[in-house]
Amino acid sequence: MIDEYRRTFAAFAANGGGRGPEWLATLRRNGMDRFAAIGFPTTHDEEWRFTPVSSIARVPFTLAPQPTMELSAAEVEPFRFGHDEWPTLVFVNGRYSARLSYRSVLPPGVQLRPLSEVLESEPTSLEGTLGHSGSLDGTSFTALNAAFLQDGAVLSVASGVELPSPMHFVFVATRDAQGVMVHPRNVVQVGDGARVNFIESYLSLDNESSYLTNAVTEVRVGSGAWVEHVRVQRESEAASHIGWTEVHQARDSHYRSFTLALGGRLSRLNLHARSNASNTETLLYGLYLTRNEQLADTHTAIFHDHPNCRSWEVYKGILTDRSRAVFNGKVFVKPEAQKTDAKQTNRNLLLSEGAKVNTKPQLEIFADDVKCTHGATVGRLDETAHFYLQSRGIPRVAARKLLTYAFAAEVVNEVTVAPVREALGRLVWARLAEGT
Amino acid sequence: MSSPVESLVNREYKWGFVTDIESESVPKGLNEEIIRLISAKKEEPEFMLQWRLKAYRGWLGMKEPHWPNVSYPPIDYQEIIYYSAPKTVMPLGSLDEVDPKLRETYEKLGIPLNEQKLLAGVAVDAIFDSVSVGTSYKKALGELGIIFCSFSEAVREHPELVERYLGSVVPMSDNFFAALNSAVFSDGSFVYIPKGLRCPMDLSTYFRINQANTGQFERTLIVADEGASVSYLEGCTAPRRDTNQLHAAVVELVALDNAKIKYSTVQNWYAGDENGVGGILNFVTKRGKALQNAKISWTQVETGSAITWKYPSVILQGDDSVGEFYSVAVVNGRQQADTGTKMIHIGRNSRSTIVSKGISAGRGNNSYRGLVKVLPKAAGARNYTQCDSMLIGNRCGAHTFPYIDVQNATASVEHEASTSKIGEDQILYCKQRGLNTENAISMIVNGFCKEVFKELPMEFAVEAQKLLGVSLEGSVG
Repeated sequence: MIDEYRRTFAAFAANGGGRGPEWLATLRRNGMDRFAAIGFPTTHDEEWRFTPVSSIARVPFTLAPQPTMELSAAEVEPFRFGHDEWPTLVFVNGRYSARLSYRSVLPPGVQLRPLSEVLESEPTSLEGTLGHSGSLDGTSFTALNAAFLQDGAVLSVASGVELPSPMHFVFVATRDAQGVMVHPRNVVQVGDGARVNFIESYLSLDNESSYLTNAVTEVRVGSGAWVEHVRVQRESEAASHIGWTEVHQARDSHYRSFTLALGGRLSRLNLHARSNASNTETLLYGLYLTRNEQLADTHTAIFHDHPNCRSWEVYKGILTDRSRAVFNGKVFVKPEAQKTDAKQTNRNLLLSEGAKVNTKPQLEIFADDVKCTHGATVGRLDETAHFYLQSRGIPRVAARKLLTYAFAAEVVNEVTVAPVREALGRLVWARLAEGT
Repeated sequence: MSSPVESLVNREYKWGFVTDIESESVPKGLNEEIIRLISAKKEEPEFMLQWRLKAYRGWLGMKEPHWPNVSYPPIDYQEIIYYSAPKTVMPLGSLDEVDPKLRETYEKLGIPLNEQKLLAGVAVDAIFDSVSVGTSYKKALGELGIIFCSFSEAVREHPELVERYLGSVVPMSDNFFAALNSAVFSDGSFVYIPKGLRCPMDLSTYFRINQANTGQFERTLIVADEGASVSYLEGCTAPRRDTNQLHAAVVELVALDNAKIKYSTVQNWYAGDENGVGGILNFVTKRGKALQNAKISWTQVETGSAITWKYPSVILQGDDSVGEFYSVAVVNGRQQADTGTKMIHIGRNSRSTIVSKGISAGRGNNSYRGLVKVLPKAAGARNYTQCDSMLIGNRCGAHTFPYIDVQNATASVEHEASTSKIGEDQILYCKQRGLNTENAISMIVNGFCKEVFKELPMEFAVEAQKLLGVSLEGSVG
């Protein structure tokens, strides 16, 4: 299997992957070597203990062919939150589509470009940035991403700039994406004191095609900056989605994220936030909804390396049918990170007999003057709450839906941009109406 | 750090003395011959020897586990003496016949072996190195049909019970250390409570490692027949030595329908010196199986050992069965503890409660590792876990690794964990009221552990509180 990827890599290097600056070629080669050395993870790896990736390891995925199926603007329209004027980069099967994107009006100090264009026009500009986020090295999928990275969104916001509207990166898989792998790489750099909202959407136009999305997003938050990052994963329910988000926060910065996982036969998100200096604030919210045979896996890690930092994390899951969810939340507090205040919560709702949850909230604390708590629950809806609603004339089915939605809404409501919040709320509501 | 505090830090491990007593040991090292020798020395029936050999052959193919969050020098299994016994041991008519030197040792340790002086109303089985040296109250218990004796005696006198239950909860192939124990275990306690009987007094075992270079591999098996109940206490100490000594015990509890077993441990093995030299490597497998409506409760206070690797677990096999785990683990100096529990819910409406309190001081590292597993058939299963850590100083660490695996939608599992420190304001408050700093801390720590201590039998609770005081003395400057 690794040989298959080697061959694909050789073909890729001879083709489009051969272009670009030398540092990038080295990065790709190192990625391929690393991947060849370690291969795909197995359930013997603690990090993948409950998430078998054999479905990915079994089939060799291929890179998307050059001219991909043309999409009409109308097909992408429903995913734009009703705001066509928001700067949006659209990638079709991993390749930038200028026709579907919109980025004509950008405030001064803001650059929003596809990675392929940046590598072409300013080959050295990302040399010290791309691929330089610590824990990216070495895991199978990030290595594979490094080997095959080609396109993605590059957003940089200068110091002090406040974005008036969110930036949206859309990754669409077309109907003919069967057997294709895409390796988007996004780089977001936010200057000191800037204020930025951005959204990453991964979606599919049908629910049957089986492909692999293996995305990596690197975010750097400048000191005193405020960043909101929304990540919506609505891949085909036959696809595999592997995501890795790596966040570095400078002094006094605020980073908040909301991740929603709806799609994928197998989905995995690693979300790592690290503070590089003191007094940072990190807010991680997330929701995963699974049905049928889906498996949704979320691994978060918050590294408190400096004093006076705060982190707050709430992840919720709603599971039906024979689906499974895995949650692992790590909080590391170094000896010097005194006065850390960290709270982590993971709550899971099992709505069907066959659904399963593996959750592991993990704290590793080496400082004494800290406040760290975590909590995890697995259970079903409260019978008395059902009864209360029924006694007020609400039918049981509606009561159940209402209570389930209320459970999810607690995290969805943390999205600050109203149109996004409302659209995601509707999306969750619709999904609950279908599936449960 | 003030000087009285300093002197307290350097206070010696009180139980670190060595008893000068002649003992008889087998040659060091491990092979089938040694196992045959141990078995022969103990005059065991054939099935026992075959069982040991099977375990040994299984063990040869196993690897020492390295997943716990602990580090220690590699263990050379050929350098260990697997059997050591005080020479004077022979079948005893009464405890008065026990070697006076041994009696003296146990008196030093504060263990009442002398029946006349025994006021506490606790029956004691004392294990010295590899063998049991005496069991008190045996006769009185025997009249009720309760079997409380050393494991060797049980193998000889009640082979049918041993054969039926040995390895039924912890199979010989369960893990590396359990397999090793199954091959070479020397002695331990055996308890059988007949149907419907409530054991009238607490039963207790006291373990003492004395010989150098020996490993202690005891095996305890407690069977509570239908509707029976028993409370069992375990205590342990070892001399101070500058080499690591291995302690790999196995404890199996079987609670048949409607039975109750309460197992309390105060573990105070030698922890090594302040630089982490010496100390006991405590690798213990403890597990209970609760059948219908049965209850198993583990309470442990872990203050000793250089390394603790121990997960007292309950297999909640029967419907409506109950499992409990209350733990206080203290690490100071360079101690490392990786401890917690496993609650495996199989029966319908099975319930479990986990309360774990970890205290880290000095350069100690304390990990809570737990598993709550609800299998698909365990409808209505319920678990509540609370796991709190307290850190004293910033050179120590607290870690939590709770695994929650739920496969039934009607189950309800809750896990909570927190980390805190002793607040300066709390100490100030106590000092205002006339307590000195040491006493204030001791009081705050005891308050932190109260939920666990209240589960301990009275005499143990007092001992545990004192022990905790000693373990933490001087850790706050």
